[in-house]
Amino acid sequence: MTEYLAVLIFIVAGIGIVLFTFFFSKLIRPHNPYAEKDLNYECAEDPQGSSWVQFNNRFYIFGLIFVIFDVEAIFLFPWAVAFGQLGLYALVEMVIFILILMFGLFYAWKKGALKWV
Amino acid sequence: MLEMILITAVKVFMVLSAVLTACAYSTYLERKVVAHMQHRVGPLYAGPYGLLQPLADAVKLAFKEDLVPDNVERVTYALAPVASFVPAILIFAVVPFSNGFTWFGYDIPGVISDLNIGVLYIFAMTSLGVYGIVLAGWSSPSKYSMMGAIRSSAQMISYEISYGLSIIGILIIGNTLSLTEIVAQQAAESWVFFGNWYIVKQPLGFLLYITCAIAETNRAPFDLPEAESELVGGYHTEYSSMRFSMFFIAEYAYMLGVAAVGATLFLGGWNGPFLPPVIWFLIKVFLFMFLYIWLRATFPRFRYDQLMQFGWKVLFPLAIANTMGTAVWVVLSGQ
Repeated sequence: MTEYLAVLIFIVAGIGIVLFTFFFSKLIRPHNPYAEKDLNYECAEDPQGSSWVQFNNRFYIFGLIFVIFDVEAIFLFPWAVAFGQLGLYALVEMVIFILILMFGLFYAWKKGALKWV
Repeated sequence: MLEMILITAVKVFMVLSAVLTACAYSTYLERKVVAHMQHRVGPLYAGPYGLLQPLADAVKLAFKEDLVPDNVERVTYALAPVASFVPAILIFAVVPFSNGFTWFGYDIPGVISDLNIGVLYIFAMTSLGVYGIVLAGWSSPSKYSMMGAIRSSAQMISYEISYGLSIIGILIIGNTLSLTEIVAQQAAESWVFFGNWYIVKQPLGFLLYITCAIAETNRAPFDLPEAESELVGGYHTEYSSMRFSMFFIAEYAYMLGVAAVGATLFLGGWNGPFLPPVIWFLIKVFLFMFLYIWLRATFPRFRYDQLMQFGWKVLFPLAIANTMGTAVWVVLSGQ
């Protein structure tokens, strides 16, 4: 429990640093805004339209693949730590699990989901 | 209990000061090293050999006006630098920097918090880094920020899996998630002081770790989110003054973080002959930092499609193969 308390102290100190620097810099920096300065940056032109543009749906596909294989990684962590006590049986099971997932990767690969066009 | 809190607070203060100083001087190191690799001299005027340059930069940034565009999403815009900075420095909460020492009659361990799930904690903190970037890009009204943030998040999640898998070999051999125990397992047994370091047993894992760590921290040659020729400043285009400097420090804190974790997992942490443990630890961390800078000065930037394909078609299968190979080797050698 005390170990987690130490992490909590670290978190508080970390947030404290940020708040302190923001507060300190607010005291000493100039503040002189006007309409042209408050425009967002678009190579010195007047900004056109919203920044929430449509983007390539490949990013979405990569997001999906990421979720699948990240869950796999989560399963691998406890398996790896307990591997010393489990031995051969656990190895065979994990090989089957990974083969199934590798088949999934291979499928995505052949479908062209990993290709950036 | 109160004693323990006080001791921890003092240690947290010292580690945070050390990390922030190291961040500041990493920028100096980077500018100097890259400059000399390109036959320039680098920063020279602030103090002897330009040693006060980081300080001058910090003062300059603190005195800059904080420009906030009219049409930002206020809450997330303000939160993003914090969300980027805090997880970056939190990595150092579990990294053992020394073997412990005695101060005023108290035995003080050389780590702030010896979590028994240290490795998982580190990967959790590294993954949280993507939130700061996405929030910054999404709340800024600039298209450059948005594109930079999307690219960056796609890159980080793609390399995160291989990053996590690259160290599973160590967990299979070491059977623990605690960084202190992993360091203890790498202690020298004979005059070959690096004989037990995991880089010897996991060379492929080490290579994968460095590659993915560079991609995770968005450094050259994987620095597409900040490709200034196409995306201006990337996700922090609309940030200025101290808010910008938070992103900047966070980037260097992440680099130092993955360097410290790499040194702990693969290079034996603070283990080493003759010199004090803390010095050994710093030497290993800065070797990593030098490698980062060296790579930046050497390689051109990847193209985006090459980057994604490299992550998924090369690094990921290699990481899986390394994991399975280690498991088979452990079973066969009957350990």
